[in-house]
Amino acid sequence: MHSHELAISDLTVSYSQVPALHHIHLKVRCGQCVALLGPNGAGKSTLLKALAGLLPLETGSISFHGHSVQGVTQDFAYLPQRENIDWDFPATVRGLVEMGRFLRVGWWRRYSRRDAAAVDEAIHLMQLEELAHRQISALSGGQQQRTFLARALAQEAHVVLLDEPFTGLDKPNQDNLKGLIGRLRSQGKLVIASHHDLASVPEIFDHVVFLNGELVAAGPVGEVFSEANIQKTYSRRAFAGPHGGHTSHELAH
Amino acid sequence: MNWLTEPFSHEFMLRALLGGMLIGFVNGFVGTFVVLRRMALMADSLSHSLLPGLAIGVLLFGLSTAGLFIGGLSAALMVALGAQLISRSSRLKEDTALAILYTVAFSLGLVLLSFVKVRVSLMHYLFGNILGLSNTDLWVSYTVALVGIPLLAALQRPFLILLFEPAVARSQGVRVGLLNALLSVVLVVTMISSLQAVGVILMLGLLISPAATVYLLCDSFPAMLWGGGAIGLFGTVAGLILSYHVNNLPSGAAIVLVLGGIFFLAYLFSPRYGALRLLRRKRHFHEESLARWPENDSHSSV
Repeated sequence: MHSHELAISDLTVSYSQVPALHHIHLKVRCGQCVALLGPNGAGKSTLLKALAGLLPLETGSISFHGHSVQGVTQDFAYLPQRENIDWDFPATVRGLVEMGRFLRVGWWRRYSRRDAAAVDEAIHLMQLEELAHRQISALSGGQQQRTFLARALAQEAHVVLLDEPFTGLDKPNQDNLKGLIGRLRSQGKLVIASHHDLASVPEIFDHVVFLNGELVAAGPVGEVFSEANIQKTYSRRAFAGPHGGHTSHELAH
Repeated sequence: MNWLTEPFSHEFMLRALLGGMLIGFVNGFVGTFVVLRRMALMADSLSHSLLPGLAIGVLLFGLSTAGLFIGGLSAALMVALGAQLISRSSRLKEDTALAILYTVAFSLGLVLLSFVKVRVSLMHYLFGNILGLSNTDLWVSYTVALVGIPLLAALQRPFLILLFEPAVARSQGVRVGLLNALLSVVLVVTMISSLQAVGVILMLGLLISPAATVYLLCDSFPAMLWGGGAIGLFGTVAGLILSYHVNNLPSGAAIVLVLGGIFFLAYLFSPRYGALRLLRRKRHFHEESLARWPENDSHSSV
């Protein structure tokens, strides 16, 4: 099996001309589970959004499997932070998972049996069968998280981008999510998640990326997840480039 | 049943019925997009900014539907685009810019109308008169309904993603700019087609309340679209019949009152999201947790 590679080279992303990420070089592969680590304002969310095609790239490029990723691709699934979602939206669990198929089905072609089967399977894998017809605000935080993961599965995305997926989950739900992320990895997906709880990194992820406005270190947990790198990443202010003045820490939303 | 059919033995009532059904349905359908996109305030601004466009249309082309149409469309688009321009080129947010622009446009409309030589009643534009629908008005309504509704219905899926996650839709391959522009155009055209029936002030009620009603009743986007249309249609027809039977009851006000009444019924009595549900003993939402501890029942009965 050819392992898909996501390659980021010389990536700079800016918010109104102030760079939040500086010249990032990074290579990760499908089947890996990558933690983005760094203090607030280090550019974790920015990197995820850039990968999802939601932010313009100031310099550099992103390629997946040898092809340039021009913003939009069905190979990527992005799960925003939970507070950015309108939970009162008229959608059920199943309806939300079906949205993942829209990219595959096209805007007006008929829903085939295959699409329905993909939705069924995603719902099954995320253990949501009994909740399928429930409105999304009537779910617990963990169930909501699973619903969005099911949508990524239905989309048959290869790269799943998660923004702080463990925030706001209680311990049992965190454990559950941990298992589900492991399941995505065993299906050959590349999971990239921003994360702030350093203690749980080794049990959830196999790769880490330390960010602090620039890339501090990246690699397998065993080699790179060291006290020295943690110190290096968290002890100094986020690199704000040659502009001085503001730190990107202050500029982060 | 005579009181129901008798009004429509008059030709002007039959015309109003045909036009009203279309206008009501289109407004209820389009309203869903406005409610879920949270642009009710913007819709209000757009409807008010139709007024100077109408005045200019009358000044330039006289009292013709085409003139009104072009004038209204360009004025509404200028306010919408102008607000975007101001919000992007200054620190002001779009709602602030809209509020300034539409009140200025509305005032300009009032001033211009006072110069109009043709005898037009301001009241007519403000509150509409569905009994005065002309053939051209009907044709405009038909065109809007036959082009706008199938277009929006065919684009349901990308719209659903756009409405649910406006910030993320682009990463899902949705042409966000195109859909937003399309929605604005359909919205303005819908408003112009409703102008004759309910007027500048009341059209927002016809647009928003059907969709808001269904939003309180169900959790399905397609149901909101078609249900909103159905309620809009029903409310318009009911308001029309009501205004026929009650002396001096203006038709536009009657329609909005009926729709408002339906909305408040849903607000109070909706089984799922009605306000009275809050007064009832709260049901345990997570049945699975109850199922896990069935012995809870025996403990609690002390």
